[in-house]
This record gives sequence, C-alpha cells and structure tokens, in this order.
Amino acid sequence: MTEPEHVDANALAGPLSEILSVDLTAAERRCSVCGACGVFAELHVTVDGPGLVASCPVCRTLVLRLVRTPDSVWVDLGGTGVVRVRLET
Amino acid sequence: MVAWRPATLAADRWETDSARTLVLDVPGWPGHRAGQHVDVRLTAEDGYTAQRGYSVASADEGERIELTVQRVEGGEVSSYLVDVFAPGDAVEVRGPLGGWFVWDAASPDPVVLVGGGSGVVPLMAMVRERRRVGSRALFRVLYSVRMPEDRYYRGELGAHRPGDGGVDLFVAYTRRAPEASPRGPGRLGAAELNTHGFPAEFAPVCFVCGPTGFVETASDALVALGHDPRRVRTERFGSGGGAR
Repeated sequence: MTEPEHVDANALAGPLSEILSVDLTAAERRCSVCGACGVFAELHVTVDGPGLVASCPVCRTLVLRLVRTPDSVWVDLGGTGVVRVRLET
Repeated sequence: MVAWRPATLAADRWETDSARTLVLDVPGWPGHRAGQHVDVRLTAEDGYTAQRGYSVASADEGERIELTVQRVEGGEVSSYLVDVFAPGDAVEVRGPLGGWFVWDAASPDPVVLVGGGSGVVPLMAMVRERRRVGSRALFRVLYSVRMPEDRYYRGELGAHRPGDGGVDLFVAYTRRAPEASPRGPGRLGAAELNTHGFPAEFAPVCFVCGPTGFVETASDALVALGHDPRRVRTERFGSGGGAR
C-alpha cells in the first residue's frame, strides 16, 4: 500500500496567514499524543484531498485540518498539542 | 494577514527546456529572507482561481523577485506560468511565506545545501543572498539532477562568480552524467553527503529541498552521519516538480 502524497507544513504558511498574524510554521510544537517535540514546519501535510491535512511526522496523529471555501477558512486544531511561538524581542 | 499583491512579468529566462525563471515586479513587496516562498494565484475571466506555491529564487532586492517554475504534466498553474505568461502580464502573489526553511544571513555557521531537481531554487536564493550581503559563511551545495540539460542556473551556480568564494558545488547526475565526468550516473548517497558536505562536528545548518522521497532519504542520511536533527531543515514538494 502506498501512502498518500505528502509535503511538509511549510505549505501551510500561506493558508494560515489568512487567519493568523504570526507565522505558525516556525513555531515549536509538542505532539498531543506521542509527545514528540519539533517544529510545526516538519509536520507532514497531505494535499490530495479538498483541504490540507497535517499529521505528526513521528506518530501520524492528525494534528490540523484546513479547508478554504470561497468565503471562509475552516480549521480543525484538534490534535495540535502545545505550540510555542517565539516573539520578536 | 499577508496581502495578495499584483505581480507583473518584467523579464524571463529559460533555465532548461521545461523550466523558466520569471522576473516579477511586485509593488509594495516587503522584502524576504532566503528560502521563503510565495503563493501565486491565477484568476480566469470567469472568476475561476488556482494557486500554487513557489520558492523565491532571488536575493532580497527591492520590489523585484524571481521565481523558477518547472512545467509539470497536467499542472494548470505551472503550464500557464511556463508557456503562456508573457511580459507585461500580471498574476497575484502572496508572501513572503514560511519562517523555518530560511537561511540567517547574519550567521557565520557553515551551511550544507542539498537540492533535488527544482529543489535547488530556494538554495540558489541562499547563495545569491550570501553574495549580496558579502557573507563569508562556508557553503557546500550538493545538487542532484537527472542529466546535464536539467541543471538550473548553469552559468551562475558553481561558476565562481565574484563573491562566491567559499561556495563549493557538487553535482550528482542520477540518469546521465557528462562524458568527461569520472562519476557515473547514480543517486546521491550518504557517502557523498559525507564527502561533499561538512562533518557533523562542524555543526553546519543543513537545508534539504526537493521531491518528498529525495528529502526523506537525504535528511535521514544526514542524521545518520551525526548531524543534529534540529539543524537539518527540510522542504518537501511532493513528487511533481512544480511546487517549490
């Protein structure tokens, strides 16, 4: 069985910029399920479907889903876990 | 929110038979860091839109940016940008995007750049930015490409331009090598990443960009060679050659 094609969460930077004022892709994260620590940009993102689905590169837990419709952005942050956004000092 | 801005084609260059560099004038462009990308949006007369992400290939130089777009079979955005988009035409761009796959031009740390196919584009931006700011950081570039005609930036990358002292290029041809090449065609392997990169003890920052399979193999090899996974930054663009 082949896995669905994935890219990484660098590809979320544009879609997320429509609703967030910070760049989440450079933020550190800790997985809500396996506890793996890394950077948001390292998430695997599947782009074959109608939206974008991001999963943990270690345990494959679904982290985030995003769908853009003509007038809305739908976002499911259900598996996001802990995110640390460093502020410019 | 990052705004969509109109971008007008000012000039273009063919890099290969199927890849074209677009020089875009983007009024209001806020500047970018080497490695960042943009989303490009096309809008048809009937209102239908399509968008795709592309790495910026140029250094940070005012309101003009360059993208290199590879034509992908069946890719509606790349086909338009490579074959139809003409000087004076406009698209919309949103960016700069992404704060992770970015080279810090103020850092003196050595840098290993590993590019597969069109994954060389953001790496070229880093080499150009290094030249622009007069950085002395040591760069080693490993470029995996199918055959000589597929190489981007042939007259520039590895051509020892002024300001590029300290940038070394190794090209791994995967299907057909030039006749004079002592290295036959073959994939870029761990031994070559070891020989032509920097040792892990030098603690370089590594940037790996290309098709997903290439990136996974190369980044795994770098980690196996002892590089700190936190210093191996990756950008995967799937199996096609079109996006970033």
